Amino acid sequence: MNPTEELRYQVMWNRLISIVEEQALTLVRTSFSTSVREAGDLSAGVFDQTGRMVAQAVTGTPGHVNTMAAAVGHFINDIGPERIYPGDVYITNDPWKGTGHLHDITVTTPVFTNPTGSEPTLIGFFASTAHVVDVGGRGYGPEGREVYEEGLRIPIMKWAQRGDLNTDLVGLVRANVREADQVVGDIHGLAASNETGRRRLLAMLDEFSLERLDELAEFVFDRTRTATLNALQAVPAGTYHNTMTVDGYDTPITLQVALTVSGEGMHADFTGTSPISSHGVNVPLTYAQAYFTYAMLVALAPELPNNFASLEPFTVSAPPGVILNAQDPDPVSVRHVIGHFVTDLSFGAIAQARPEVVPAEGAGALWNFQASARQASPDDPKPPVEVLMFNSGGTGARPTLDGLTATAFPSGVRTMSAEATEQVGPIVIWRKEIRENSGGAGQFRGGLGQTIEIGPADGYQFEFSAMFDRVDHPARGRAGGADGQAGRVYLDDGTPFPTKGVATVAADRRLIMELPGGGGFGDPADRDPEAVTNDLRQGYVS
Amino acid sequence: MTLRIGADVGGTFTDVVLEQATGGYVSTKVLTTHEAPELGILDGIVQIATEANVNLADVEQIIHGTTLATNALIERRGARTALVTTNGFRDVIETRTESRFEQYDLNIVLPQPLISRADRYVINERLNARGEVLIPFDETEARTLIRQLADGGYESVAVGFIHSYRNPDHERRFRDLLRETLPDIACSLSSEVSPQMREFERFNTVCANAYVQPLMASYLIRLRDQLQARGATCPLYLIHSGGGLMSVESAAEFPVRLVESGPAGGAIFAADLAARYGRDRVLSYDMGGTTAKIALIEHFTPQTAKTFEVDRTARFKKGSGMPISIPVIEMIEIGAGGGSIASVDQLGQIRIGPHSAGSEPGPASYGLGGIDATVTDANVQLGRLHPDTFGAKNIDLSPSLAGEAIIASVGRHLGMDADTAAVGISEVVDENMANAARVHAVENGKDLSGYSMIAFGGAGPIHAGRLLDKLGLDELLIPEAAGVGSAVGFLRAPFAYEAIRSFYTSTAGFDVDGANRVLSELEQEAMSFVRQGTDAEVVIERQVSMRYKGQGWEIPVRLDDGTFDEMASELLGSQFTKAYEEFFGRAIDDLTIEAVSWSVRVASVVALPEPVTLRTEGTEFAADHHRTIYDPVTGESGSAGVVHRSALNPGQQVNGPAVIVEEQTTTVLASHHRAVMQSDGALLVYRAAASQEVQA
Repeated sequence: MNPTEELRYQVMWNRLISIVEEQALTLVRTSFSTSVREAGDLSAGVFDQTGRMVAQAVTGTPGHVNTMAAAVGHFINDIGPERIYPGDVYITNDPWKGTGHLHDITVTTPVFTNPTGSEPTLIGFFASTAHVVDVGGRGYGPEGREVYEEGLRIPIMKWAQRGDLNTDLVGLVRANVREADQVVGDIHGLAASNETGRRRLLAMLDEFSLERLDELAEFVFDRTRTATLNALQAVPAGTYHNTMTVDGYDTPITLQVALTVSGEGMHADFTGTSPISSHGVNVPLTYAQAYFTYAMLVALAPELPNNFASLEPFTVSAPPGVILNAQDPDPVSVRHVIGHFVTDLSFGAIAQARPEVVPAEGAGALWNFQASARQASPDDPKPPVEVLMFNSGGTGARPTLDGLTATAFPSGVRTMSAEATEQVGPIVIWRKEIRENSGGAGQFRGGLGQTIEIGPADGYQFEFSAMFDRVDHPARGRAGGADGQAGRVYLDDGTPFPTKGVATVAADRRLIMELPGGGGFGDPADRDPEAVTNDLRQGYVS
Repeated sequence: MTLRIGADVGGTFTDVVLEQATGGYVSTKVLTTHEAPELGILDGIVQIATEANVNLADVEQIIHGTTLATNALIERRGARTALVTTNGFRDVIETRTESRFEQYDLNIVLPQPLISRADRYVINERLNARGEVLIPFDETEARTLIRQLADGGYESVAVGFIHSYRNPDHERRFRDLLRETLPDIACSLSSEVSPQMREFERFNTVCANAYVQPLMASYLIRLRDQLQARGATCPLYLIHSGGGLMSVESAAEFPVRLVESGPAGGAIFAADLAARYGRDRVLSYDMGGTTAKIALIEHFTPQTAKTFEVDRTARFKKGSGMPISIPVIEMIEIGAGGGSIASVDQLGQIRIGPHSAGSEPGPASYGLGGIDATVTDANVQLGRLHPDTFGAKNIDLSPSLAGEAIIASVGRHLGMDADTAAVGISEVVDENMANAARVHAVENGKDLSGYSMIAFGGAGPIHAGRLLDKLGLDELLIPEAAGVGSAVGFLRAPFAYEAIRSFYTSTAGFDVDGANRVLSELEQEAMSFVRQGTDAEVVIERQVSMRYKGQGWEIPVRLDDGTFDEMASELLGSQFTKAYEEFFGRAIDDLTIEAVSWSVRVASVVALPEPVTLRTEGTEFAADHHRTIYDPVTGESGSAGVVHRSALNPGQQVNGPAVIVEEQTTTVLASHHRAVMQSDGALLVYRAAASQEVQA
């Protein structure tokens, strides 16, 4: 490629990334879903006409790293190439063809050049995914025993054909979900964000006098593939093993990985992992792959963009029926609780080859909860209100740095303001403060967890739905670092409170949650004395 | 027209501008004197007064903007400060949003809290979301804490209690007690500094105010005294981040409002030009040595926001800085300036910034020891900047050093010669800025088509033509005195104050009395600030930020005059729906609408500038000499005219390819660009093919 062409392609690649950023921002601005807004639980990308992802917006959650990337191929297959027309919009929330649970709706829009002419030419797709407020069924939680109980499932189908909205489908969605306006609004928002991308892409092709996306896609893939494989050279070929046990819903779950590194890529095999749970914490393999791929990219090649070529070298396998390879119709609603641990699991394997790059284990799973506020007394009728909070424990210490205190990892969730939360629901957040001494000791200390104290207000009580992990199995230290403190949950009168499932917080009680800390890294005796002094002065350690 | 002085203290230079009674300007740039910034200002003021033969006693106003508060925050050079907060919320400013601003960095370092944990104290008190007392304020406990603060040697105290934006009583009682015992310690209340919901942002804002307050108060008083000592007895006013003027007294009490005041001046400068030319929708583009700043201006008014971040530590990334919740002119800042350093990443892609060579060592071509290729070096390599016409004194621009650095930093990694690599650097930085402008527009629900562009700053006019093409816009204005734009902008600012408060109500059960009370209190508050500076006629603008229940983004809805009655809910609902449709293209029926925060802005009426009729055609000005310059339209280097801006008379036209040079900057025209000198000294630039649209 001559230097002038090289520059032209570099500029176009930059532009393509900017286009998907615009696509994603359009979605964030219009979304009703708290987790889209606060957690960046969305994704947006552009694909070539064979369904290979060329660029993806950088958003808050790794959960869509390659789940959505794989989805567009399913769309092409299931719709059928001969039924793809200008003005079409496709939709699904199938956990196995989309991004792992029914709450994520993926919308795909084909892009044609000359769309209104006699010979429209398909040149690619835009796809976007968002976590919607509700999909019917039992609601968001691990209580379903089969995916059928978890809500409405939309197979891959047309949301619009040749510009005409599929009003039958809109009616079906409306009839099956709570908050129909918001859910349908979010689907329109997904379609609108793809439309933004489509218009921008066509304008770009025009500006650069390009007829197709193919040459640019090949340029992107070629560059990315080389850089990705170069980055993997840093890990000696071989197979690395790791096992990690976490609480699970009712029985402890062992996660196991055999990570094989070769010149061509990295393969994670999850044989030996515990079987599926009877509750909706099971993980479709595509979602486990997302957190495995994220772990490898963040540790070994953090500067690389996500596209077909950067994701292709990372493959996974697992026997059907283990918890990381849930099969239809296993329940998968809160697949992130176990899915997020795949990152720590994979780090543990890679640490044997590259101990200087990966952190100790962290709190991992988020401590999110939903408090269903209900009237405390039949004599004092109150409308039901749902209160949602996202909270994080500490991350594992890094090989050269302390862990992060009360910070989400690997998820990108942001917490919400306590004042804003109290503004919308009958809750008082009495405490949300660093949990002293909770980080594992080490040359580098694990990130501290936090203590949260909440209670119902205004004549309400809570039906409190929890799915908290690392209560029985704390984050383990690495390279001589100590474990972080495990989580604890109890009422203000001292009564232990269940960490999984639904229980009641009475009107006059407060619930106290102590979130787990991250593991330490290295021998605590090697800690810099100044850091020790500062820990004491600031009260991180007493 | 009266005699007025604008003084902008920036990181490198202090710009001082004197507006004469006849309307002309005298300006100077002196080096900023960081230890005592007032010395640089006084120096500059005396210089221009002498040059213009003006007696300082005849100056009627001095308007001042400064980065001093910003720098104190960034460099952590503020007072020894304690935070007193509600028990249970000691760590709000440390745990932040519990998230990482960069997903792909295992070694991420989060910003350190302004006030460390050992200096954060808690007290038992608690209000609920309606401002009602859940735990009463305990004076005995407060007195004990105040004794601790006395022993701690603090110079300043920030007070931030939960839900104090709804009810400031507990915060005020704490301050009363503090003043009884420790009258000399500065005290800032979150309910006064930033009465907005969301504790992280509010607490951080009150901490920032308390942290810089002793420093700023003493600086402002020194400056005023020394001005008076030199005979400048006129009032001194400060420009604030929202783009209005405030008194020295208000500034000394709320110095956090001075953060980002310099860039605000630039946006006002652009807005004034927009008004002169009657341009309704304008993209203001200010490119300096380290960053480029982009703002949107509609109806001659820069867009504003209620919160922003200072000190973004990581590539100017959102979330990597310190949030400050005050009214501010909204702009995005990206690491794209003349000094931004070019490199090649592991994908073989050219990257620009965020690191900057700054003024020391500066771009390689300055010959001051810089070895990294910068954007300026690429402009030298491509002939856009040339030793013969480079304005900066004492700098001997070296094309050969530029070429060597470009080869070393970029060319040899990609097998490119210096010219091609320089084109690459230039294209990538232009593309970065164009993308940032588009994304900023999308974030604000705008589409840039139909916008005019106004460019200034030392590097702005060099890149503006290419940006115009990349964004597909039709006209570009490059004002006179673009190099000291912010200081000129100060002179165009009204006395203005925006008071903001969170007050939650919704269309399901709208609190009519509450909303009326909040608006009336906000108006009184804003008016009292403005009346400290002027008795002039004022305009009052009232806004409410609303959203559908369940959403997290609010959009502003302009309120009509008058008080609410029982129809308020319906009226607001329909106004919101209309605004929402404009913003997002569609509205949603039957959802509850929430009102979250309210603001009232009171501003003195500033006369619109004399309109200037745009001239799109002129008589061609023939350049008397030429040099070889790269033309991005043809992709080749060729002969281009070199014209001195000062030689152009109104109505004269320069055809690209050409450069129009002046002391502080250079305007670059590609082969399809035309530039026409306007009667007020501004340059209009457009594409020859687009001339029809410009005329229409």
